[in-house]
Amino acid sequence: MTTQGMGLHLQGIHKTYGKTAAVNNISIEIRSGEFFTLLGPSGCGKTTLLRMIAGMELQDSGRIILDGRDITRLPAIKRQINTVFQSYALFPHLNIFENIAFGLRSRKLPENEINQRVAQSMDMLELGNMKNRFPHQLSGGQNQRVALARALINEPKVLLLDEPMSALDAKLRAQVQVELRRLQQKLHQTFILVTHDQDEALVVSDRVAVMREGQIIQFGTPEQVYDAPKNKFVAEFLGAANLIPGRFENGLFHTDIGSFVLSKPPAWNQGLVAIRPEWITVSETQPAQNGIRAKVSEIIYRGTSRDLWFEPGRIRVRSSTYKHFSIGDEAWLEFAPSELVVLDE
Amino acid sequence: MNKLMIWYGELLTQKNLIKRGALFLTPGMLWLMIFLILPGLILVLVSFAGRGSYGELVWEFSLENYSRLMGFGVFGWTPDYIVILLRSAWVAIVTTGISVLLSYPLCFFIAGKPKRTRFLWLTLVIIPFWTNMVIRTYSWFLILAPELPLAKLAAWLKIISPGMALYPSAFAVYLGMVSMFLPFVALPLFSSVERLDWTLVEAAQDLYASNFRIFMHAILPQTLPGLSVGVILTFVPAMGMFVVPDLLGGAKYMLVGNLIQQQFGASRDWAFGAAISMGLMILTLFSLYLYRKKINNTELI
Amino acid sequence: MKKLTLLINIVAYGTMAFLYLPLMAVAFFSVNNTKYGLAWKGFTLDWYLALFQNEVILTAAWNTLILAVISTLVSTVLGTALAIGLDRFPWPRKMNTTFDLVLHLPVIIPDIILAAALVVVFSFLRTFSGLFEPGLFTMIIGHITFQIAFVALVVRSRLVSIGKEVEEAARDLYATTPYLLRRVTLPLLMPGIIAGAMLAFTLSLDDFVISFFTAGPDSITLPLYIFAAVRRVVTPQIHALSTLVLFATIALVIVMERLSQKINKKNVLMEIDN
Repeated sequence: MTTQGMGLHLQGIHKTYGKTAAVNNISIEIRSGEFFTLLGPSGCGKTTLLRMIAGMELQDSGRIILDGRDITRLPAIKRQINTVFQSYALFPHLNIFENIAFGLRSRKLPENEINQRVAQSMDMLELGNMKNRFPHQLSGGQNQRVALARALINEPKVLLLDEPMSALDAKLRAQVQVELRRLQQKLHQTFILVTHDQDEALVVSDRVAVMREGQIIQFGTPEQVYDAPKNKFVAEFLGAANLIPGRFENGLFHTDIGSFVLSKPPAWNQGLVAIRPEWITVSETQPAQNGIRAKVSEIIYRGTSRDLWFEPGRIRVRSSTYKHFSIGDEAWLEFAPSELVVLDE
Repeated sequence: MNKLMIWYGELLTQKNLIKRGALFLTPGMLWLMIFLILPGLILVLVSFAGRGSYGELVWEFSLENYSRLMGFGVFGWTPDYIVILLRSAWVAIVTTGISVLLSYPLCFFIAGKPKRTRFLWLTLVIIPFWTNMVIRTYSWFLILAPELPLAKLAAWLKIISPGMALYPSAFAVYLGMVSMFLPFVALPLFSSVERLDWTLVEAAQDLYASNFRIFMHAILPQTLPGLSVGVILTFVPAMGMFVVPDLLGGAKYMLVGNLIQQQFGASRDWAFGAAISMGLMILTLFSLYLYRKKINNTELI
Repeated sequence: MKKLTLLINIVAYGTMAFLYLPLMAVAFFSVNNTKYGLAWKGFTLDWYLALFQNEVILTAAWNTLILAVISTLVSTVLGTALAIGLDRFPWPRKMNTTFDLVLHLPVIIPDIILAAALVVVFSFLRTFSGLFEPGLFTMIIGHITFQIAFVALVVRSRLVSIGKEVEEAARDLYATTPYLLRRVTLPLLMPGIIAGAMLAFTLSLDDFVISFFTAGPDSITLPLYIFAAVRRVVTPQIHALSTLVLFATIALVIVMERLSQKINKKNVLMEIDN
């Protein structure tokens, strides 16, 4: 088999509820062994898309191809795909051992193999000696690992994760994200994660698809998506950027706060340019180009960093270094041409 | 119909799913059709039939039963039946009202108990709930007997003559009805009272609201779901009740339940019994409709 | 506030006395050593002993039990299937509303109307089959009819609380339909089925009206017997019988409480889980 056909290929997947398209003609190729994330606000169709891959929802049209095999019309029980559900959906009446063993028992594997594989997977997910406990006796984080073990023990070709962190508190979430990433790299399995949390998507993924209203807006590595957002939606969704409206004329971008040189000319005459708060340089001296004089209007302390808001234009700057500013101070802001991202309107 | 669909994770045709659903649904629904819906419809038909000389049904369409129910008989107009119908509604309303009035303090009392004893008190309310209504009704015979203090007190107050029991009487009927249905209100109400959000009550107290206002604005809206279940569970059977008036009211305080029972028993006039049943049903459903309307209005406030 | 608490306490104790005094009087006079009157003549258990020699009462007790057991078994099976049929299939909205109305009929219509309707229908059916002569058979049918709806309502609420996701998870983990039913759906549904059956059983024991209308001369149950007896004359033997029924009820309530406590515990934990 060539690697060409490996992976999960979605071709023209379409699904409507009533009159609105929940998933609008989506085609993507997810590579075998990659950590892929569907990122978007609630109601963007990401969960519907995931459920169609799992076989929990039927698409109106389109094809799903897994490792070169068309699984479009296969029921969930015939797809080598397993899911970690949003609220884990553990079986409350079965203990942890039986929860994890469920998939193996369904397929009538021999008892000694079940014992061995469950022990192995409990080891891998650090579930220690919890096999006789019940889901309600475990913490949220432990239950999440049980859900992972229950899915991974079946050695699925693709593991689907439907907002698996949403039930965890913020601190635990950050830790689990890193662990999940490590686990995936160790196993070299295809993971598809659905989330509305942009930080999570950036931390864990090899590639990210940003979704909105049933469509994929932008698609690429976390760096590509974060550094070069295609439009206003992506720029805002992936962490608040400064959005500066203006006109492009005679090779310059004219705005209310000044005129700037861009690294490449935009395709429009009137539109938006984005710059992230952490990429604006603040200095006492006037920069060679793209500098504006501005006044600090608000300071927000964030522990490791500090947000400064400048007027005019309400420009946000984030850095740990500008410690000596107080409200009313003036400074030069430099918008380096390479950091000014031209958005498609 | 042969469209594929996924239902609870299973891939199947719509036709197969519907077939399977029908398989589950049919036995129970068929039973209810044959022994609940159909009999109900037949009862409607029967209410328009007549009575033969041996008590058999005569199939002729007439409104006679209904005009009789309205009081038009061979001897002119009498309000007897209408009085009984309205009295039944009145008794059911009073019974429900008193049960609600007594249930609130009872529920607060139980809710205020520590967890272990609360459970015990609750069980004490559940036991009468499940005790057979015949036993619970006739047990008042003893309390109201002439030898016991209650009747003696009444005799001393010259309400009844000495040596008489306090039953059969309207008073006995109310006693019997309220004691019968109080647990029917208290139990559903308690499930709401138990979940009451006391911060709202405290907030109202902080605002120096009167007890009445606290009840109307902080307690009643929150306990309305349980209260409504209790009201329906009480009002509906109270409307059709015939054991209590039969044993404790006798001929003195007849309710519509006794009237229906008479037609199907001694008088053997099923057609008229059916017509009274229709009257009872219409009155019950109409009252429930009024209650719902009122509740919906309250919820807006 | 203090005054209010006092008032609540007084009303509550008064209400409990109001509920229990009559029942306690029955128990008290059931051990009174006199056949007539309500004067205390000493303690005796004779009335209880006499019960067990009374053929009519023993038959009535037996009928009551048979009626309750059979009707509960049938209505639990039918009601559970009905609940699954209603909750687990994509019926059109209109159909669902209709089904819902039918299920709630026994709640919103006085039982005496159902009883009257059954009397009429059984008399028609009697022209086709002697089975429908008034007796235990017609009583069982009557009881099942109102029990089904209650069982279905209880089981359905349990089904709703189980939700869709565990079953989808089971499918995701390769469970075939029989395996899913055996290992997931039925075990999770069992508390609801048991609760429904218990409710049906107590409803049957508690019923008077349906039995009264559909019973025949050979199918007297305990409530019917007591009713007929107290309409004539109240005897200490009836008090004894009623007291026994009361104790049986208390025992049943305690068993039910225990069971439902267990179930509720599981329920609560399940909800925390999800």
